[in-house]
Amino acid sequence: MNDIKTQFDITEIIEQRKNLSFITIAKEHAISLITYLRDYKGFSHLVLLTAVDWLEDNKFQLTYLLNNPDIKTDIGVRVKISRDDATMQTAHQLWEQVATYQRELKEMFGIDFPGSPDVDKPFILEGWEDKPPYRRDFDTKQYSEDTYFPRPGRESNDPAEYMKKKLYPDEK
Amino acid sequence: MEFKNIGYALLTIFIVLNYGLILQGVVRKIGARVGRRYGIRWYQPYIDIIKNYAKRSTITHGVMFYIAPVFRLTGGIGLLLFMPVIFGSDIFGNFSFAGDLVLVLYFQFFGILGMALGAAESGHPYSAIGISRGLSQVTSFELPLTLGVLAVAMQYQTLNITEIVAAQQGGFMNWTIITNPFAAIAMLIAFLGAMGRSPFDVVLAPQEIPIGPPTEFQSGLLGVLQLNRAIFPAAKLILFMNLLFGGATNWAELILKTFLIYMWPVFVGTVFPRFRVDQSIRWFLTVPLIIGIIAIILI
Amino acid sequence: MKEDFKKRTVISPEGKPIEIDPLKDYFSDAKPKVYKPGNPVIEKFANWARANSLWVLGFGTGCGAIEMRPLMTPRFDAYRYGIQWRPTPRQASVFVVSGYLSVKTLKRVVRTYEQMQNPKFVIALGSCTINGGMYWDSYNTINRLDQYMPVDVYIAGCMPRPESLLAGFEKLKTIIKEGRGEGANTYAEKFDWYKANQKKIIKDWDMPDYNW
Repeated sequence: MNDIKTQFDITEIIEQRKNLSFITIAKEHAISLITYLRDYKGFSHLVLLTAVDWLEDNKFQLTYLLNNPDIKTDIGVRVKISRDDATMQTAHQLWEQVATYQRELKEMFGIDFPGSPDVDKPFILEGWEDKPPYRRDFDTKQYSEDTYFPRPGRESNDPAEYMKKKLYPDEK
Repeated sequence: MEFKNIGYALLTIFIVLNYGLILQGVVRKIGARVGRRYGIRWYQPYIDIIKNYAKRSTITHGVMFYIAPVFRLTGGIGLLLFMPVIFGSDIFGNFSFAGDLVLVLYFQFFGILGMALGAAESGHPYSAIGISRGLSQVTSFELPLTLGVLAVAMQYQTLNITEIVAAQQGGFMNWTIITNPFAAIAMLIAFLGAMGRSPFDVVLAPQEIPIGPPTEFQSGLLGVLQLNRAIFPAAKLILFMNLLFGGATNWAELILKTFLIYMWPVFVGTVFPRFRVDQSIRWFLTVPLIIGIIAIILI
Repeated sequence: MKEDFKKRTVISPEGKPIEIDPLKDYFSDAKPKVYKPGNPVIEKFANWARANSLWVLGFGTGCGAIEMRPLMTPRFDAYRYGIQWRPTPRQASVFVVSGYLSVKTLKRVVRTYEQMQNPKFVIALGSCTINGGMYWDSYNTINRLDQYMPVDVYIAGCMPRPESLLAGFEKLKTIIKEGRGEGANTYAEKFDWYKANQKKIIKDWDMPDYNW
């Protein structure tokens, strides 16, 4: 862990458990850090690549979760990228399956990975024209009501409120 | 050849069709009871056929697509009409003639060839897979079957089924299965393949390639295929009864014997899982073929 | 739309340019026809046969597909009611839409439904097909199936038990016997309306307007 600190420009390290820690790093250095972890530290297995939408900070957070099967340790590499210019370097040269993750992220979050194979092909949604649906400013309820002919007369309750009213009617 | 023979032939077809349909229903019912289910109604095959003919729309892929079920049905009816159904009967002797054994063997193959043309025109990939499997399997079990049939023909020195049946009369000790066991075994094993039940049901293979050759057939065309599915097994049962089990002199004997013969593929089918097509070809070309060759040599 | 399906000009083996339109070559774009019921006596008999020989298309679209499997087992044994499973839409007469439909599945469902032969019946299983169920505000699942194809019987529940499925089949039988199972004709009559609804949500329409 220490030689990573000395060699790379790390923003933050969180040790969540003994065998799980998260490293936050700037966008430019992320791929070289992942390459270093893979080639020199034995983190040879990519568990997942996912994204979180921090709407309030106007940022996307990408998480590359890596696993070292020899010492049974996970490291998550977190990268914050701007929402307005959602572009990230591709990592498909490290693991082939990253290309699939990147296709999904491109479709669901609209994060672009230039150079990744087939990144522009539709992944799950066929012919999606609206805003990428996993972005938090996409209103799924509004979209569904506009598109899918909601049946009139349907009532919906907030589960927490409803159960509280039903089980504990006296409590305020 | 007289005109009344045509009427008799139609009567035979009618009786055998009904027998085949009821047999289908009853066997499925028995299978359900073995599985502790109530099972289908015994007349369900009738309802299915009526329903298929009552469908209002039909789509077609061309002329061969129409002709294929007719070919298939011709295979079944031809097999039935060129052999004596009831031995010694004027009415149900049908068009049995001097060389009918060869013709009957040919009719075994006829239906699947017709289906091949029709299924090719339907353009469905599963049909093509089913047909290629069907043709290769038919070809492979045809070898032991033909060897067995030839052995029987050499044994009785005739190619006429009526004469073969006549030679087996007078007690079960005269039946071919006793007098020529090797030929009988080779033919009975080939019979398993001919009936298309498990373990040799890879042609239809309802779970992997939806339903094989008839994938694209619907409505009335499927109805014709269903008619054939009733007539063809019944005709094959009657053929094997004639060749191996001494034929039948009345309908009661025919029904008893064919039902018992039908139990043979049914039992084997319940015990063994499905062979892949390469496995079944390889198997048909080893044990049954060797038995068939032994039968030929011993004659 | 995929590249293969696009209209394009190719050079034939003789060296002449020919124009091909794969969608037109492989499929029909004729509208479905309305088949009026014939003689009432014959139609009554045919309806009896149709009601007692329900061939279900084995196409599990959602989680409700799990509820269809037990029907074949000794415990429920749907075979005794004349219900059987068919592997191809050509031969099936009942389409059980089992649960939620995403837009992508709906596209396949529409194609499959159109390939079935008249008369055909649709059983919609679960709340998801009625009003969206628990996926009512999802960006990718439809809310009401009857906007896209005529439905004969709805079975409510999330998920309905196999018993209610059997009850639904019995209900469908009475509907067919009364001669009200004319979903295929309804589809043909209101074809433009159904097609417009389907096209509204299926953006990537890479098939002909009608697949027989």
